[in-house]
Amino acid sequence: MTVKIVNLKLNGVDKAFMARPETTLLLGLREQLGMMGAKRGCAQGACGSCTVLLDGSPVVSCLVPAVTVDGSTVGTVEGLSDGQVLSDVQQAFLDGFATQCGFCTPGMIMSAEALLERNPDPTTEEVQEAISGNVCRCTGYEPIITAILDAAARRRGTTAATTPETDEGPPPTTAYESSEGMRADV
Amino acid sequence: MAKINEIDTEFFADERSSSFTVIGTPAQRSDALGHVTGKTEFFEDRAFPDLAHVKIHRSVHHHARIDSVDCSEALKVPGVLRVITHHDVPANWYLVLRLIGVEPHDEPVLAEDRVLYVGEPIVAVVADTEAAAIEGASRVKVSYTELPAVLDVEEALSPDAPVIKKDGTNYFVYEGHHARRIRFGDVEEGFAQADHVFEWRYSSAPIEHAPTETTGCIVVPQSGNRLLIHSNTQAAFFTLDNTALILDRPFTDLQVKGGTVGGGFGGKVDVIVEPLACIAATLTNRPVKFVYSREEEMQVSSPRAAERIYIKDGVMADGRIVARKVMLYVDSGAYSRHTPYGTTKAAAHLPGPYTIPNVHADCHCVYTNRTPSSAMRGFGVTIADFAIESQMDRIARALDIDPLELRLRNAYRDGDMKAHRKVASGTALIEVIQRAAALVGHDLPPEYLAMSSSTPREA
Repeated sequence: MTVKIVNLKLNGVDKAFMARPETTLLLGLREQLGMMGAKRGCAQGACGSCTVLLDGSPVVSCLVPAVTVDGSTVGTVEGLSDGQVLSDVQQAFLDGFATQCGFCTPGMIMSAEALLERNPDPTTEEVQEAISGNVCRCTGYEPIITAILDAAARRRGTTAATTPETDEGPPPTTAYESSEGMRADV
Repeated sequence: MAKINEIDTEFFADERSSSFTVIGTPAQRSDALGHVTGKTEFFEDRAFPDLAHVKIHRSVHHHARIDSVDCSEALKVPGVLRVITHHDVPANWYLVLRLIGVEPHDEPVLAEDRVLYVGEPIVAVVADTEAAAIEGASRVKVSYTELPAVLDVEEALSPDAPVIKKDGTNYFVYEGHHARRIRFGDVEEGFAQADHVFEWRYSSAPIEHAPTETTGCIVVPQSGNRLLIHSNTQAAFFTLDNTALILDRPFTDLQVKGGTVGGGFGGKVDVIVEPLACIAATLTNRPVKFVYSREEEMQVSSPRAAERIYIKDGVMADGRIVARKVMLYVDSGAYSRHTPYGTTKAAAHLPGPYTIPNVHADCHCVYTNRTPSSAMRGFGVTIADFAIESQMDRIARALDIDPLELRLRNAYRDGDMKAHRKVASGTALIEVIQRAAALVGHDLPPEYLAMSSSTPREA
């Protein structure tokens, strides 16, 4: 069993770890480099909890053999924030109540970051497609979709955080009132 | 922040002392910042260089006698450290509900001479790597003699069904009775006086919680023989107490660190992974991880129980229900877990939020050779509600009565005697229906709008 050294540019920093042939990128990140943001949900590429950006594209890191990505650039949720200022996606998730248990959140956010990087102005359908590989069992999809649309608006600088475009859904703080007539006092 | 859903102060004004400044007002979750930055620490978010792994060899039969267990090939797998059988579990028979006095202890941590469901754990294998543990578990050889299986709740209760439980009955015994019972009034008399009698059957399938984070724990030996348990249990103290009882060790030997759960929904209330991980950690003196694979989470973690419910109602022409008889069967699967309690909850919920003068219910907690069921979001109540409210809709349809009016006519009110011989108080079904009807633009006749929970019903 040959152990190889894998070099990565991880969140902008040069890192290296040792990998066996069966070591996945997920386990390399978590167990060798101590980066716990990406989660192991199914270890079979079905839930998206382990989503990271590999050379800018979202991948399920539980299915990526670490030795195949030597020399690549990898982005994880830990790299999105300097600890002071959150990314637009993170802030929109926070403001829009788009987290519940939090286990799918890092993967969701990385899928959203990848989407907005390639498509700054996605439609609701494009957001749904982009996170279709990310399972949220608390079933908070609606606030998540709203938050990603809100983040897109923030990144474009076109809309203030609290007033996203009305035709793309309700404002984030009232995401669960999306059905007309469900509000008690209107 | 602005209110997003104002509290309606019109109702029960004299019963309220609080200003309710929080309810209806958005507030930031205290854990959300950790969630969006990846800093929230789940049980698995820690690495140990000498971490060992536990994997399980499981039953391939619904019901079988175990004739022999051979672990010799498993022990030959490079990296395998130990095998654990029931001989290594100090108090192998347990029941999580024992903490509230429920008996008998009907489940073994590891199977002894019998298996009662596909996936029942028989041998645990501890290894240096997850791969070695999986390989080791696959090499355990168990020879079985298959026994007839019972897979249906009503079949399990028939006199000629094979008895699958060592305690002698295929049902949980409630204070000497075959079911949790309700006896109130005389249902047969009620059916006799009724203009109509309706009986329908309702059934539900098991539902798996499928949390994105599978059930698991990491146990780390501490100085002084203590064990630190990093767990994603929803019930830290339940886990601590039950684990200590299974290990036959003082509670003070264990520390459970938890509280961060990657989706639970009731599926992480059983005490399943911690006892074996503690035994493995003790035997190897190494940190040990025991976490379900996705397949195990789907196959062997307890689902919501399947239920079958028969409701027979005697109804007057004007929609008043004068008798309700319920035969309710909850599929506990092979072992009790939380289902005797869930079945009691179902009984406590009958006959629904309605005042019915004659009620008879038998709520059975039935053992079958299926995956043990347990807690899930309102277990016991949820499926009973589905049945009760479906029944109300069907009666309304059969009698051509507005379904809301049928419910209002039968709604319980303050002062009514419930079937459990408790006097109803703080009831609000009438007001909730009236308000819901207004919100959806469903017109109710004036006499229904005039009803009130605090006004006694006319005789």
